[in-house]
Amino acid sequence: MTGRMARVLAVIAAVLAPAFGPAAAHAEAGIQARGRVVEETLIDRQTREISSQLRCVVCQGLSLQDSPSQLAQEMRAIVREKLEEGMTPAEVKAYFLDRYGEWVLLAPEPKGFNLLVYVMPVLMLVGGAGFVFFKARSWTKPQDVPETADV
Amino acid sequence: MNWKRSAVGVGISVPILALLAFGMTKNPNVIPSPLPGRPAPEFALPVMDEPDTVRLADLRGNVVVLNFWASWCLECRHEHSDLSMAARLFEPQGVRFYGVLYNDTPTNGRTWIREMGGQYYPSLVDEGSRTAVSYGLYGVPETFIIDQNGTVVHKQIGPITLSRLSALIQPLLDEPPAPAVPVGGDEAAGTGVTDDAMEAVAGDAAEVTS
Repeated sequence: MTGRMARVLAVIAAVLAPAFGPAAAHAEAGIQARGRVVEETLIDRQTREISSQLRCVVCQGLSLQDSPSQLAQEMRAIVREKLEEGMTPAEVKAYFLDRYGEWVLLAPEPKGFNLLVYVMPVLMLVGGAGFVFFKARSWTKPQDVPETADV
Repeated sequence: MNWKRSAVGVGISVPILALLAFGMTKNPNVIPSPLPGRPAPEFALPVMDEPDTVRLADLRGNVVVLNFWASWCLECRHEHSDLSMAARLFEPQGVRFYGVLYNDTPTNGRTWIREMGGQYYPSLVDEGSRTAVSYGLYGVPETFIIDQNGTVVHKQIGPITLSRLSALIQPLLDEPPAPAVPVGGDEAAGTGVTDDAMEAVAGDAAEVTS
């Protein structure tokens, strides 16, 4: 049984490896492109990170990094330009925030009213789990069965 | 003990329902711009089919109407005649109208203008959409009204009408704003990053902009 389980896991790992392998390599050392590893510079990495946090303004729920639209490409180029000019990643984000407002951030800053977005799901999950736990306990609690007279 | 359970249920569900109801009152398509009330981002753009370059800094003292458009934009057709009429009406009073060709080629723009029967005001070419991004453009058409001090007074998302343009421009001509005292020069006003935005990114400020 254990051997069979190991074989199943090995097959799953073999199937999933091609899907996650390039992503891991991309994040770790560089970008795998047509059999060659292209080293990612600091500017490349910062451009990718900032572009992943900014919204494509002409798309639905896509980041600049993921969007193929022309405006997103031009905005990515602006991110790179600003970094090359010497702006810090925080300053580049602030540049876009200044022009588009907080809407341009894919994930709102965790402060003020925005905290609700981060806190509520955790509270709901904990509350729901607690509710289910206590309810399940009351359902499985042995009931006091009244003694019945032997017939 | 049932009333206690009911109270807890009401205490939890009412704030959630109130929050959802508040969300229903908002139009998700309307995205507030931080630009109105702030200095307009500076630009220097070439005029389509002319050797000139238009710089916003040279237009201080004039009301400026900046209309971003494209030949592939259907709604731009709806506002085109109103914009030309407004330009004809207000130009003698010193109002400067400019179109900014967005995400399009001058060839397409030229053809479109010819098809539409001409354009009363010049169009500028925004190569690489740098000016569009500095104005926080979401799409076209969008129109910005800039007062005599170079402050953005209004951002119109979608087509604009002659009556709307008149209602926005005439008060600026009747009562021009007091001349602004320059602080930090054009660079600080137009192309830099405001302290508010930096604070927001740094996580110190409660809100981004007004």
